[in-house]
Amino acid sequence: MSISSGATPALGHSLDISSTQPTPFLRLVRTELRKTWDTRAGFWLLLSTAILTGLVMVIQLWVVLVQDLEVSYNDFLTSTNFSIALLLPVIGILLLTSEWSQRTAMVTFSLEPRRPLVIAAKLVVGIALAVAAVVIALVLATVCNLLYGAMSGSEVEWDLSVLQTLSFVLLQVIGMLTGFAFAALLLSSPAAIVLYMVYSFVLPSIFGIGAALIGWFEDLQPWIDFNDAQTPLIDATMTGEDWAQFAVSGFIWLVIPLAIGLWRVLRAEVK
Amino acid sequence: MITVEGLTRKYGSFTAVDNVSFVCQPGRVTGFLGPNGAGKTTTMRVMVGLTPPTAGRVTIGGHLYSDIPNPGRHVGVLLDASAQHAGRTGREILELGARTMGLPSSRVDEMLELVSLTPVEAKRRLRNYSLGMKQRLGIAHALLGDPSVLILDEPANGLDPAGIRWMRGLLKGYAERGGTVLLSSHLLHEVEQIADEMILIGNGRIVAQGDKKSLLANAGDSVAASFVTALDNERLAQALQAKGITVAKAGEGLRVEAETVEVGRTALESGAVLTDLRSAEGRLEDLFLELTAETQREAV
Amino acid sequence: MTAMTLDLSGTEPTPFGRLLRVELRKSYDTRAGRWLLISIGLLVLAAETIALAVTTVQDEAMQFGDFVGTAAFLTSFLLPVLGIMVLTTEWTQRTAMVTFALEPRRPLVIAAKAMVGVVLTLATVVVSTVIGAVCNALYGAIEGHVDWTFGWSDFAAFTITQVLAMLGGFALAALLLNTPAAIVVFFVYKWVLPGLFEVGAQLIGWFGDLRPWIDFQMAQNAIWDWSHSAGDWGELVVSGFLWLGVPLVWGIWRVLRAEVK
Repeated sequence: MSISSGATPALGHSLDISSTQPTPFLRLVRTELRKTWDTRAGFWLLLSTAILTGLVMVIQLWVVLVQDLEVSYNDFLTSTNFSIALLLPVIGILLLTSEWSQRTAMVTFSLEPRRPLVIAAKLVVGIALAVAAVVIALVLATVCNLLYGAMSGSEVEWDLSVLQTLSFVLLQVIGMLTGFAFAALLLSSPAAIVLYMVYSFVLPSIFGIGAALIGWFEDLQPWIDFNDAQTPLIDATMTGEDWAQFAVSGFIWLVIPLAIGLWRVLRAEVK
Repeated sequence: MITVEGLTRKYGSFTAVDNVSFVCQPGRVTGFLGPNGAGKTTTMRVMVGLTPPTAGRVTIGGHLYSDIPNPGRHVGVLLDASAQHAGRTGREILELGARTMGLPSSRVDEMLELVSLTPVEAKRRLRNYSLGMKQRLGIAHALLGDPSVLILDEPANGLDPAGIRWMRGLLKGYAERGGTVLLSSHLLHEVEQIADEMILIGNGRIVAQGDKKSLLANAGDSVAASFVTALDNERLAQALQAKGITVAKAGEGLRVEAETVEVGRTALESGAVLTDLRSAEGRLEDLFLELTAETQREAV
Repeated sequence: MTAMTLDLSGTEPTPFGRLLRVELRKSYDTRAGRWLLISIGLLVLAAETIALAVTTVQDEAMQFGDFVGTAAFLTSFLLPVLGIMVLTTEWTQRTAMVTFALEPRRPLVIAAKAMVGVVLTLATVVVSTVIGAVCNALYGAIEGHVDWTFGWSDFAAFTITQVLAMLGGFALAALLLNTPAAIVVFFVYKWVLPGLFEVGAQLIGWFGDLRPWIDFQMAQNAIWDWSHSAGDWGELVVSGFLWLGVPLVWGIWRVLRAEVK
């Protein structure tokens, strides 16, 4: 049985959208930034990144003072490898995957259906957090180095150049982006975190073993090992070939997962 | 105005929505009615661009949803009140929505007041909300941008009786001011009381649409019935049967296959004292069950 | 049925074996769970096959134990993740409400989950050993010589360390009840901490003496060596208590008292 009401569309039933501005990108960025700290989990993740950074440096300061060791500004900065470098990628991952695990993507994408802009806003937030983390690290390292000078009586060494600072920023931003790319690829927090940890801790030793055993792999490794390609960035000694290897391995580990992931997010049915 | 044209959505060999077309008029509340798993939610998800259709399209006020700039200001959406971060406070959830739409924070307070969430409740995190509170928050979120179209999936779910009455008044008033409202439900009584227009869906297909009167008029052959209770049921039953009217015992009274007016007249003639007389309201429900019979999970 | 009290006399309490079977089923009846188990299997297969390919091409000497060791290296990352997810998914997916409504004796549920982790770990050990045996046989066929050195003591040590790795994840999960946090902390514990301990031990004298008592991973060498020194086993017990016992007890105490939402 089928019953028709014979609904006849009346006039003037179209939506007048002429006076509505599309949501400005900056507003999306601000909203996404707010989302990173407005839950207890997000807030503590950010705070513990900062606390851990401070803690590692204070322990380092204490050890060098007690043991009477010689350190420089850079030594304090590289200790952030145990804090920022570890947690920034996790922040990058959760930035994206929490929309899926908490199912907020439904609301986010119904308020802004131009999904690439939402993803871009998240990316900008990730980069902004990475830069903020670097600034905090630089300030903490300065304070620790001053304290070291004051308390040890040795001469304070400021071995930091603009180039090195920029390299340090780039390094942290890339770490965050790699996490973000893995997250886009997998859209699952645990899977992306495990993949990132395996990528940054396990893969280098496997590459190392492979390179030691197989001749041709040793030649190939620099071009596919993104971790290795970033090493010269740490002391800012990138050569032309380093940059080439950096670009090729970065394409494999950063660009490809990000591209596949974005393609997935844009097409996905949001549940 | 929402226009759905030839909408089909398939998942592999399973067809969730099968060539569905209908129109939701402004100034009216349209009820989208069907048993569980009939395809209501899928249709609504396609409307707001969260699910790509296999065929067909949906326009809202003449535009595809994805073409509407700042859509929250035009279309209010509530698909799943639980699909929010469990760790955010109710207020923060609205705050995020308001910021995305470019609205001042005062709008959040207005909405919280509108849906009767107290400032203390608004400070609690969503994981501590009851289903009804989540639903109120979801309605507040949908109304944030003062939209002219509302798309609500099972909005009455979890609301207490007072809450359902409140929502009914809210949506009626909203439609009277010229808004378009589409709300879905699997409960006939809920939709019957609020909707000007009903769309019945079963197994992904539209089985009937129209207002209550035209639905019943077209149902045609089903016979009117009344429930009646008299001090002396026996005498009334005999008088009715004498007129050739079918009578059956129902609870403390009788179920009579005649209009209430006919029963009343017979009672007067026979001198039976009536304590209760009302029309058997089951007709629309019968119709609903009949129309969706093939798609019901239980035999009717 | 007019009795005002429930007649419980004819109802047996849920047997532990049944809880165990249900929990085991939960570990593979979702897509995420199945893929985690499949990826552990595939990783084992890939690792031993690559080891076989590389060593035969390069004419490297290999033993049975080397093949299994390669697999063990990789499974030691995923098994703890398994141990974590066995527990945390009940919270992230909110199934704990149903689970604890059907069996309010929470310690039994937790115990069943831990047992599932152990069972899956043992299964992984068996799979790695079987694949290792096949690879070693193939190695023998290709290279013409084969070395089956992989004693019972190695096998036992391999099994025990894998179970400990899994339980390490389980303990962190109980403590944090949050999947991402537990995974991050686990990798920090497994990869970052040993480096820090090493640096600390080199720089600070007394820390070098303290380290064996708090470095659980280093202490596990006692198992591989089947050390005859009571001190080594003492270190294992103390560091194990620190890294397994404390978080596990604290975590279980939390789970037992927690309001389940």
